[in-house]
Amino acid sequence: MTTLAPEPTSPAPQGRKPSSGRGSSRLATVLKARETGILLALIAFLAVTTAINPRFVFSTDGFRDLFLTPSILVVLAVGQAMVIITRNVDLSVGSILGLTAYLAGRLFLDTGLPILVVVLLAILAGAVLGLVNGLLVAFARVPALVITLGTLYVYRGIYLQWAGSDRINASDIPDGLLSFGTSSLLGIPRLAIVSFVVLAIAAYWMRTSRGGRELYAIGSDPAAATLYGLKDKQRILTAFAASGALAGLAGILYVSRYGTISSGVGFGIELEAVGAAVIGGVAIFGGSGTVVGAAIGAYLLTSIDRGLPILGIPDFWQRAVVGLLILGAIVLDKVLAERQHKKLLAERHRS
Amino acid sequence: MPSPTAPALRLHEVSKSFGSVVALRSGSLSVDAGSIHALVGENGAGKSTLVKIIAGLYRRDGGVVEFQGQAVDFRSTAEAKAAGIAVIYQEPTLFPDLSVTENLFMGRQPTSRWGRIDRRAMRAEAERLFARLGVDVDPDRPADGLSIADQQIIEIAKALSLDARVLVMDEPTAALSGNEVDRLMTVARTLRDSGCAVVFISHRFDEVFALCDTITVMRDGSYVSTDAVADVTVEEIVRRLVGREVTDLYPKQDAEIGEVLLEVTGLTQPGLFTDIDLTVRAGEIVGLAGLVGAGRSEVAQAVFGVDEYAAGEVRLGGERVPPRDPVRAMDLGLALVPEDRRRHGLVLDAPISRNITLATRGRLSRGGLLTSRRENATAKEWAARLEVKAAAMDTLAGTLSGGNQQKVVLAKWLSTAPKVLIIDEPTRGIDVGTKAEVHRLLSSLAAEGMGILMISSELPEVLGMADRVVVLCEGRKTAELSRADATPESVMTAATAAGQEKAS
Repeated sequence: MTTLAPEPTSPAPQGRKPSSGRGSSRLATVLKARETGILLALIAFLAVTTAINPRFVFSTDGFRDLFLTPSILVVLAVGQAMVIITRNVDLSVGSILGLTAYLAGRLFLDTGLPILVVVLLAILAGAVLGLVNGLLVAFARVPALVITLGTLYVYRGIYLQWAGSDRINASDIPDGLLSFGTSSLLGIPRLAIVSFVVLAIAAYWMRTSRGGRELYAIGSDPAAATLYGLKDKQRILTAFAASGALAGLAGILYVSRYGTISSGVGFGIELEAVGAAVIGGVAIFGGSGTVVGAAIGAYLLTSIDRGLPILGIPDFWQRAVVGLLILGAIVLDKVLAERQHKKLLAERHRS
Repeated sequence: MPSPTAPALRLHEVSKSFGSVVALRSGSLSVDAGSIHALVGENGAGKSTLVKIIAGLYRRDGGVVEFQGQAVDFRSTAEAKAAGIAVIYQEPTLFPDLSVTENLFMGRQPTSRWGRIDRRAMRAEAERLFARLGVDVDPDRPADGLSIADQQIIEIAKALSLDARVLVMDEPTAALSGNEVDRLMTVARTLRDSGCAVVFISHRFDEVFALCDTITVMRDGSYVSTDAVADVTVEEIVRRLVGREVTDLYPKQDAEIGEVLLEVTGLTQPGLFTDIDLTVRAGEIVGLAGLVGAGRSEVAQAVFGVDEYAAGEVRLGGERVPPRDPVRAMDLGLALVPEDRRRHGLVLDAPISRNITLATRGRLSRGGLLTSRRENATAKEWAARLEVKAAAMDTLAGTLSGGNQQKVVLAKWLSTAPKVLIIDEPTRGIDVGTKAEVHRLLSSLAAEGMGILMISSELPEVLGMADRVVVLCEGRKTAELSRADATPESVMTAATAAGQEKAS
């Protein structure tokens, strides 16, 4: 692996094989990426389903649903991926989504605030709830799994106490927001565009900013992060606040899409968000994976949900298929990581 | 303002305690720029604590730390780093999932507009650093799977890019082979010549004398001496390290040495140890000596059946001990007191009585049921024999002092009535008084006919207690010395021998 060059000051290291050009190595990186595999799986699934029923993709409704249905889950999965990459998990996002959706509904019903202000308030409320998670995880030194399991119930409880059997109907929601949720721009649903923008910003930040890279570092080895002098507590707070804010945004997207808000909103969706991230190649023990992968995972999950009935697989089995997918993704992850580790070790022993 | 004549780093009478345990009594060290300064001492002499105070990981309780003539008090590793102090720990700490380049620059990546990380500049800088060090590491590969030597090179590159004025290396060579050590030494000299102050901690005197210009000795958490390397000899340094007449502290009873109990032949596990032969006779204490990382604990765990081995055989009283079957090993009469008693030897949240009876529960239960009364009765008996100092049998093991914890672990294993006791670092982290008690106990067990295999990093303990000393170096047996032949020099020579043998 390493050789001592004859002189410590020699300008170029010797013995390394010349790199085979930037372009081809970049292509190899893309082909080897975990995300590519998931994307291929998604494309294969869409192709098979469409071959059996062309309306699945090639119809106005089919094409719209292809992008519209996953958009809420994509937003949640992006936030979830950021948290999981730090070797934590956020199980409270479903409750945050429900609570912020109801908050937005109440604000429309009880105040005359403009739509944009309500949207910002809902996102802010989500961020605050996420921050509470982050504070508990960063300072109480209790695993995030336990903390956010607790806040899952606490937030849901607050929601139930507040809403009771009350229910907000589409007629209470401003038309502007409702039409946003159902209309398209250049054939792409506006909600999907929102999720793409969120994804693009998060992906850019995770890849090119110090903050984003430090999330990976903290998840890769928390003890090393301390020795490096990274501001680990602050970064974990950021990840949880971002996850909460995105759950708040998802709450707004929910209102915009469905209009009706009852106390069951967002129930159980946190597990889908975790599932999407894991299927998309985000390692559950942190340190690797991307938000793009998590988003593709969200697409795969929702497409399977919609596509299985078309393939003639009974409802009954749909959950089981999703479960198998998650198990498969985790096993694959383990196998690939193991293989990579062995390969790296073998390279070292060969030298 | 840094004054040009002041030492790059100066510590004066620095102290640090953890609860009632004094880790560092009075540490002093003065390192000049452009010098490689050796810091030597036995395990537990306080070197690592001193390093962690320099690094900003621990905060000192008392004393003075000056950096380039200015009094400093680092509250975090980030502060020490920002000032220009880089520390390379015994175990390098890298992020396995991230690339070598990212590891080099984490937390201080070069950024362009909008805080965007300039990956191209980062990678170019990484290549420049490796070229300057004259090593060939692929900057794009993940840190996972790198050898310890390469990981250390990355740590050094990191220090270099920080433009560190002080570089501390805590036993960097403990896990390195001969030519890797040579490469590290070349790099250290390059750094010295560029005006860096290097602190080099090592147990290997050949390296210390080849590389360093000044040497500071520590013992029992205190400063002993500082000399120019040219003015002292290895013998003189060893004498100061040990600091006392070795034999009189250790109450070794004469025991009648009987038949062979434990017989290990050709034990091999690639990468850990090779072709290890060992015998332990009844009434005999065999010391297993060597440097940290020489493979002593690994051999012990393989013998007991906790870890696997690829080749070789273990026999106890003529019967074969199967690999990877500690329960069978226990049945045959083998016991292992592990090095890390808090993690491997005790259930910290369980009371003393449960801990003592843990290995004999099968024997104590009636019809599958175990009563506290039976447990307490047995535990009391053993606690009394070993003089465990605790208020009651239901005191939690985690709340005991190190010495009493060790007695509880010993009681647990002695209650299985073993023929051979393997004990790994019997007195690590134990105060001096209890140390002597543990030694007396081992001695009397041997006198009763038990065979004891004792692993120890403390030279005086090995020399004082063992009837025979087996020395390992880099996974190989390099010497077997009788009590008469075992001296600090002969053991240390054998413990550092492998590198020289390879070279010749």
